[in-house]
Amino acid sequence: MWNTLTISDLAARLGRREVSAREALQACLDRIDQVDGRLHAFLSLDRADALAQADEADARRARGESADQPLLGIPIALKDILAVRGQPLGCASKILHGFISPYDATVVEKLKAAGAVVFGRVNMDEFAMGSSTENSAFGRTGNPWDLDRIPGGSSGGSAAAVAADECLAALGSDTGGSIRQPAALCGCVGLKPTYGLVSRYGLVAFASSLDQIGPFTRSVRDAALVLHAISGHDPRDSTSLPEPAIDCAAAIHGDLRGIKLGLPREYRIEGIDPEVKSAVDAAVRQLESLGAEILEVSLPHTQYAVATYYIIATAEASANLARYDGVRYGLRIDGDDPIEMYARTRGAGFGPEVKRRIILGTYVLSSGYYDAYYLRAQKVRTLIRQDFLRAFEQVDALVTPTTPTAAFRAGEKVDNPLQMYLCDIFTIPCNLAGICGLSLPCGFTREPRLPIGLQILGPPMGERTLFKVAHAYEQATSWHRQKPPIQ
Amino acid sequence: MEYEVVIGLETHVQLRTRSKMWCGCANEFGAPPNANVCPVCLGLPGVLPVANEEALRLTVLTGFLLHCAVPELAKFDRKNYFYPDMPKNYQITQYDRPSTANGWVEFETGGGRARVRIARAHLEEDVGKNFHYDRYSGVDFNRAGVPLLEIVTEPDLRSAEMVYDYLNALKDILRQGGISDCDMEKGMVRCDVNVSIRPAGASELGRKVEIKNMNSFSGVRKALEYEYARQVEVLCGGGQLAQETRRWDDAAEITESMRTKEQAHDYRYFPEPDLMPFAPTDAWLGEVQARVIELPLARKERLMRQYGLPAADAETLAGDAALGAFFEGIAPRAKQPRILANWVINNLRARLAETSTSIQAVKFPPAAMLELLELVDTGRISGRIAQEVFAEMFATGDAPEHIVARKGLVQVSDAAALEPLCDAAIAAHPRTVADYRAGKTAALNFLKGQVMKLSHGKANPNLVGEMLQRKLQ
Amino acid sequence: MAAADLDIQYVAHLARLDLTPDEEARFSAQLGRILDYIAQLRELSVDGIEPTAHAVPLVNVTRPDEVRPSMPTRAALRNAPAQANDLFLVPKIVE
Repeated sequence: MWNTLTISDLAARLGRREVSAREALQACLDRIDQVDGRLHAFLSLDRADALAQADEADARRARGESADQPLLGIPIALKDILAVRGQPLGCASKILHGFISPYDATVVEKLKAAGAVVFGRVNMDEFAMGSSTENSAFGRTGNPWDLDRIPGGSSGGSAAAVAADECLAALGSDTGGSIRQPAALCGCVGLKPTYGLVSRYGLVAFASSLDQIGPFTRSVRDAALVLHAISGHDPRDSTSLPEPAIDCAAAIHGDLRGIKLGLPREYRIEGIDPEVKSAVDAAVRQLESLGAEILEVSLPHTQYAVATYYIIATAEASANLARYDGVRYGLRIDGDDPIEMYARTRGAGFGPEVKRRIILGTYVLSSGYYDAYYLRAQKVRTLIRQDFLRAFEQVDALVTPTTPTAAFRAGEKVDNPLQMYLCDIFTIPCNLAGICGLSLPCGFTREPRLPIGLQILGPPMGERTLFKVAHAYEQATSWHRQKPPIQ
Repeated sequence: MEYEVVIGLETHVQLRTRSKMWCGCANEFGAPPNANVCPVCLGLPGVLPVANEEALRLTVLTGFLLHCAVPELAKFDRKNYFYPDMPKNYQITQYDRPSTANGWVEFETGGGRARVRIARAHLEEDVGKNFHYDRYSGVDFNRAGVPLLEIVTEPDLRSAEMVYDYLNALKDILRQGGISDCDMEKGMVRCDVNVSIRPAGASELGRKVEIKNMNSFSGVRKALEYEYARQVEVLCGGGQLAQETRRWDDAAEITESMRTKEQAHDYRYFPEPDLMPFAPTDAWLGEVQARVIELPLARKERLMRQYGLPAADAETLAGDAALGAFFEGIAPRAKQPRILANWVINNLRARLAETSTSIQAVKFPPAAMLELLELVDTGRISGRIAQEVFAEMFATGDAPEHIVARKGLVQVSDAAALEPLCDAAIAAHPRTVADYRAGKTAALNFLKGQVMKLSHGKANPNLVGEMLQRKLQ
Repeated sequence: MAAADLDIQYVAHLARLDLTPDEEARFSAQLGRILDYIAQLRELSVDGIEPTAHAVPLVNVTRPDEVRPSMPTRAALRNAPAQANDLFLVPKIVE
C-alpha cells in the first residue's frame, strides 16, 4: 500500500503517475483510521486541508512543475510543536488550549514550497519535556511494536506515526534526544541536524541553545531528502548558520573504505541492556566489514552531560515558558490581579513534568545559585564540546547505542523523573555540543520483539558522513524493512 | 546638620529607528492600539528576535557622543520578570557586556560647567503600554519591542537644578546627534532617579531611594526638591530612611511609597540564547564614527571663540543645527561676524518663525546676507533701510543691491541734500528746539526722527545727528 | 549546596506557578534527588574554562532597519482570552 513505501519509492511512483498524491494521502488516512484509535499518535487532523494540499500537488505535477521536487505530494506529519498558519498549536499542553497559530514555521513554509502534504498534529511530551510521551496532556501514544510500551519521547507521536505507516515521514524536535531516542524505540530513522542548520523560527522553544527540528523517516535516503528541503539559512533565526540547504544525496553511496569510526569508551556503561549491547556490537562488526576502520576514542566528560543538560535546558525553558500567562492567548484562569491570574493559569495549565523543570530552571538561575549551577554548567558544556571536537580530529564519526534499553512499559518510570532522565544518557551530549546525530534500526530484542537503535554522531556540518555511514549499514541489513505487527 | 544630596539618573530613550528592535513592525508613536504588532513582538509561541542593525549603530554612536568606550564584545541577556506589558515575561537587555560604557557628559549648570560620568549606555527593548479602568487593565503592545537606550550615570549629580540642566544637555546631544527625537510627551524619554542624602562632606552614601513616574524634566526637578526635603525631615526627626521605590505624584506634588509585594526583584539574568554576540569591526565602527556630530556645548564655545559671538547668540546658533549651519556657511567671509549673527538670529530666524518657513525654503542665497551687511558697512544704506531691504529679500529672493537700486533706497549722505531737511525739521518744531537748547539732549532724537521721516528713511542718521547738533548750537 | 536549599514555595512564586500542597511535597522530594545528582558537577575543575552560551560560533547577526507589514489588529487579538477596544484585557493592575 502507498503509505508503507519510502519517500523515494513513492516519489518515483508519483512521477510515473502510478498513483496520485490524493490516493497516497488517502492510504495514510485509511491507515490512521485503522490503527490510530489504539496507537493514539495523532492529536488532530484536518482532513479537508490535507486533501486540498494533495490535490494541489497533483495539479502542480500535471502542470509540469515537478522537476527536482522529490517531496511533491508526500504526506508528512508534524509534531504538535511546530506552527502552521490557521492550525491549532498546542505542544500537547492544556495551557495552549484554543490557540490558533497566525503564522507558519519556516520549515513548514519550506515543506509547502516543496509541495509536501503537511498534515496532522502528532503527540509529544508536553513542551517537549520527556522521554516517553507520557507527559502529554492528552494521553500517551503507544509503541507500534507493543502498544503497552512507550514509543519514546518527546517526539513519540512522530516516531510512532512513521513506524506504523500512518505517514511517509514526520518532523519532530530534538533537545536532548527527542528525535533519536523515539526513532530507536520505534525502529525508524531519526536525525538531529547540526545546531543552526535548520531554522527554529516557528518551533516552540524548550531550550533555545539545544533545540533542533529534524525528520523521522523509514530510510536514510528519505531523511536526507527531507533535510535538504528544510535546512538552510533563515534570516528570521539569529542562530541560523549562514549555509544554504544541505544536499547530501551525493554522499549516499558506496562502502565505508577510508572512513574512521570511533567508539567512545565512556558509552560502555553498566546499565546497557545485554541485547542492546550485542546488537550494537554486531552493527560495529558490520560497519567494519563494509570497510570502516574502528578505533576506540575517549569523551572524558560524558558522565557529566545529563547533569549539565538539566541545568541549562531547564534554565532556558523556565524563561521560554514564562510567556504562557493567559494574557495574549491560550488558557486563562482569572484572578483578582494579574499575579493571581498567572499563578492559577500556569498552575492549572502545565503538567507536573513541566512544572518540575520550570522550578528547577528558575532555581538554578536564582540569586546566589547562578554561579554554582548555570555558569558552571556552561563551562562543563565547553568541556563536553571540546571532547567531541578532539575526537573528530581522529575519526570521521562516532558510533554508540542510541538508548541503554529498548522500549519500557508505560507507567514504569513516570514517578521517577531522574530515572527517566537517564534514558537520554547517550543522546544528550550531542545537543550540548551542537553536533549532528542520527539513529537507525540495528536489531531487535528477542522477547518481546522491540527495535534497537544505532546512533551515529558527526561533527558540525558532518551530515554527509552520517548519511554515508548510515546508508551503507542500512543497505547491508534488512532491519529497515521490518514492520510492526500493529493491524 | 547640613545634608547634601547625591543623585544618579537612569534615562530611557527611544531610538530613532524606522522599525522595532527585533522585528519589522513600525516604530511609530500614536498608532491605533495593537496596530503595529506581529508574532515576534507579541511573544507568540515559536518566535525569535533578530537585532536591528541601526539600533546597534545608534547605541555605539551615543557611546561616541558621550565619550564612552566601545568594548570588543557586547551581548544581550534575559531579564526575567512577569508583568502584563511584557510579551515574553522577560526583557531582552544588556546586563554584563553592554555596547558602551564609561564616558561623561559636560554641561553648563549653576553659572559654570559640570561633568557627570556615564556608567553605561546599553540597548534593550521597550514594553507595552497599560491602560487602567475600573476592574480591568488593557494592554497595547505597539510600544513593545521598540529599541530603548538606557543611559545610566554615576551618582555625580548634586542638586535638582543640576539634574534639570543635565537632562536638557543630554536631550540636546541626543536630538542633534540623531539618536532620538527625545519628545517626552510622546514617551520617548523616561527618567528614573536614585537619590540619597548624607551629611555634608561625608564620603559614604546614604540609603538610596528610587523615584519613578516623572513625566517631564521639570517634574524630575520638583520630585527631587520634594524628596530631598522629605529625606532631610525624616533624618532630622530621628527616623530612618527605607531603601525603597517611590512614585512621584505630579498632581499632589509628592512622592509616595509604591506598594510592592517583593521589594527586591530576582531578575535571574542569563545570556540570551537566541541572539549572537556583537564584535564590532573597525570598518563598522568607522562608519558610526563618521556620524558623530560636534557636541552642542563644544560648538557653542567654538562659535564664541572663532567668531567672537556673545554667549547667548552662540548658544542659539549651537542649539539650532540648521540655523547654525546657515550662519557658519557665510561667517568666515563676514567682516563682522557678530553683526551677522545678530541678523541671522533676530531677523532671519524671526521671519522664518513668523511665516512658518523652513530654512531650506529661504528664497535668497546665504551670501546675500553678506551683501546686505556690506551695503550697510559701506554706508550705502542705513541700518533701518537694511531692515526694509531684508524684508524684501526674504519675500522675493531678490538680491539686496537690486532692491536698493529698484526702490531708490540709497542712503543720502550728501550734505547738500540733508541741509534743507534739517532746516525743515528745525523750523517745524520750535518747542523741541527750545527743549534741546534748554539741555534736554534727548530732544535731538525726535528731530533726527523727523529728518529720517522727511527723507523716507534714507538719510544717513549719523550725519543728520551731527548736522542738527551743529545747526542748533 | 544541599538540595534542602530549594525553597519550593519561593521558587514557585518567582515562576508564578500555583502548586497544590501535594505537588509541593512531591516535587520537593523529586527535585531534591535531581539536585543531588546534579551536584556531581562540583567535582570538576572548571578554572580557566570559558562558558559556552552558543553552540555556533556566529557574531554580528543583524537585520536592516526596514519596516515590514504588521499583523492586522483583529488577527493579533484573535487568540486573546479577553479583549476590549482593541486592547488585551487583564485583571486590574495595581501599581
